[in-house]
Amino acid sequence: MKATADPKGVLTGEHFLDGDWSCAEGALAAGCRFVAGYPITPSTETVERFGARIPTVGGLFIQMEDEIASSIAIQGAVWSGLKAMTVTSGPGFSLMMEHIGLAVMTETPCVFVDVQRGGPSTGLPTLPGQADMMQARWGSHGDYEIIAVCPNSPQESFDLTVHAFNLSEQYRVPVLVMLDECVGHMYEKVVIPKADEIEIFPRRWTAQPPGKYLPFQPEYDGWIPGMVKAGDGYFLHVTGLTHDEKGYPQMNAECQETCVRRLVDKIRKNADRIVRYEETSIAGADIAVIAYGITSRVAYAAMEMARSYGVKVGMLRPTVIWPFPETRIRKLAGKLKAFVVVEMNYGQMYYEVERLAAGKCETHLVGHGGGTVHDPEVILDTIMRAAGKR
Amino acid sequence: MKATANVKKAAHLAEPLLRMDRLPHIWCPGCGIGATVNCFASALAKCGIPREKIAVVSGIGCTGRVAGYVKLDSFHTTHGRPIPFATGLALGNPELKVVVYSGDGDIVAIGGNHFMHAARRNVSMTVICVNNFIYGMTGGQVAPTTPEEARATTAPYGCYEPPFNLPFLAKSCGAVYVARWTAMHIRHTTNSMVEAINKKGFSFIEIIAPCPTVYSRLNRLGDGLDMLKFYRENSEIRNGAATEDLDITFKGKIICGKFVDREAPTYLDRMNGQLQKVLKDRYVPWGVPSKTGLDRCVS
Repeated sequence: MKATADPKGVLTGEHFLDGDWSCAEGALAAGCRFVAGYPITPSTETVERFGARIPTVGGLFIQMEDEIASSIAIQGAVWSGLKAMTVTSGPGFSLMMEHIGLAVMTETPCVFVDVQRGGPSTGLPTLPGQADMMQARWGSHGDYEIIAVCPNSPQESFDLTVHAFNLSEQYRVPVLVMLDECVGHMYEKVVIPKADEIEIFPRRWTAQPPGKYLPFQPEYDGWIPGMVKAGDGYFLHVTGLTHDEKGYPQMNAECQETCVRRLVDKIRKNADRIVRYEETSIAGADIAVIAYGITSRVAYAAMEMARSYGVKVGMLRPTVIWPFPETRIRKLAGKLKAFVVVEMNYGQMYYEVERLAAGKCETHLVGHGGGTVHDPEVILDTIMRAAGKR
Repeated sequence: MKATANVKKAAHLAEPLLRMDRLPHIWCPGCGIGATVNCFASALAKCGIPREKIAVVSGIGCTGRVAGYVKLDSFHTTHGRPIPFATGLALGNPELKVVVYSGDGDIVAIGGNHFMHAARRNVSMTVICVNNFIYGMTGGQVAPTTPEEARATTAPYGCYEPPFNLPFLAKSCGAVYVARWTAMHIRHTTNSMVEAINKKGFSFIEIIAPCPTVYSRLNRLGDGLDMLKFYRENSEIRNGAATEDLDITFKGKIICGKFVDREAPTYLDRMNGQLQKVLKDRYVPWGVPSKTGLDRCVS
């Protein structure tokens, strides 16, 4: 199912863009033709950019009355046949939680962008945070699995937004793009390739005719049902209730097991295919720094400083943050002396690392509540202490 | 039994519209929702739009279950949010006729904000709101439509909040078609549905319906048939009545009729007009008839 981007949406060339704008460009390149959003700092630039660009590409931007409406309007658009995205931050992300669950339950491929700011509540609207990482994983009620990506530069904001759309189509799951205020507002060079160099995972329409088609029976890869859109004569039924393969509600434990088990397993059993991370100097290292988003760039500087003092330290940076690279971290735990987890919160992904390390090596957290990036000296200090050099 | 054993059961007129494999439905004996669905089936047969081009979106609640029984593309969404879902669906494919079918709690309590804004934008959709004055599925709680003095489980000594006058609300927000009927007005309701479905823009029909299980029982109003008798004796058809005069009281008159039927540019008319005006040839129109059908990109 390989395809390339529709050139209509692709702004090929070298640009000087912030992460929010490059996210909008990534969406356009991925074939997104519907964005619904509500203004909220520091994510607003993404919808502003999309709203300015889409009329000459062919598609719609609508500013809805709130984030609840935005997060379900995109799902209506998906069932009309479009690719769709919503964009928000902090409090707006909280309002969207119910509809992340709806998209999971109805297997509606779509993208949610959260440009993280300091919280809780109104918190720090204009300053960065990374404290929505567990909300991304668990924020909607009920049990489910999710995919989330985490860029650390405007270039990656473009690349990973395209990737997010592709993953959402491949697994029929909402995919979250977890930006932070720094990456969102940081201007850097962004290279947008030619359309035929951008790989797109197209929507997988069903091969079944009406009458034979079962909307929630796996058709692809053993896990994923084929899609149809409203208006094609399939008379499909889609519900947020627990449903059978016909899409009909079934209120019993057996159907709950079949329905929700597949939603969880289609991600869990494919986790090793979905995970993505970048490693630096891990071979031969005693210590691995784990960081993501803007924090990874500060942590990188601290790692370099520590290496200049002779510490054998490397770095693991997940770019797909959910599912987390469990297999890799478990394996590294047996070889390393310590993990140093750096994040702009008081410990979220840290607890995943601690769980996966399972006592085989030390785990250290360098965390704070957001508002500014880390001081590299503070990270360095923890690396040095973990190495027994301070 | 013997006498009828060889007689093939005649298909009900509504059968082609229903997911017969989902029956029996969950609605209580005497409930008015089924009667409205029957009207809807007749309206679909009469409206002249191919069935595959009509989609139904429901929220949560008793009326929210309509989407699960109609044999159309049907979406059973979250509580209060069928209208924004329908907004995405209708704008995404302007060829579809989107009908939101839900209850009073769903449409004007939790979903009230979306109702206001979809009417203001004049997004093309028909909203059918079955108003039974109460939260039925959760067991009889007070609603923003419960008449003053009427009892509910969360208003055990009688409701003391003034209820919404839905046609007034719809008109004020910009709906281009507004009607109110009761579950007894089968033909009127059907005709209104045909008109609303064929209307360009945001159309709204309120249908007052009995809830014998909770509303009538809590208020000692008898069974479903008693409620229909009450509607017959106490409803009055006043087409074109001023919507501000349509308040509903506990045992007072229910004014029915078609109150609004006006023309106004839809959301897409305005969007295409403004963007074309400013961007000229650079604008790629959306949902505008062209030689190849409607201009619209679908990946």
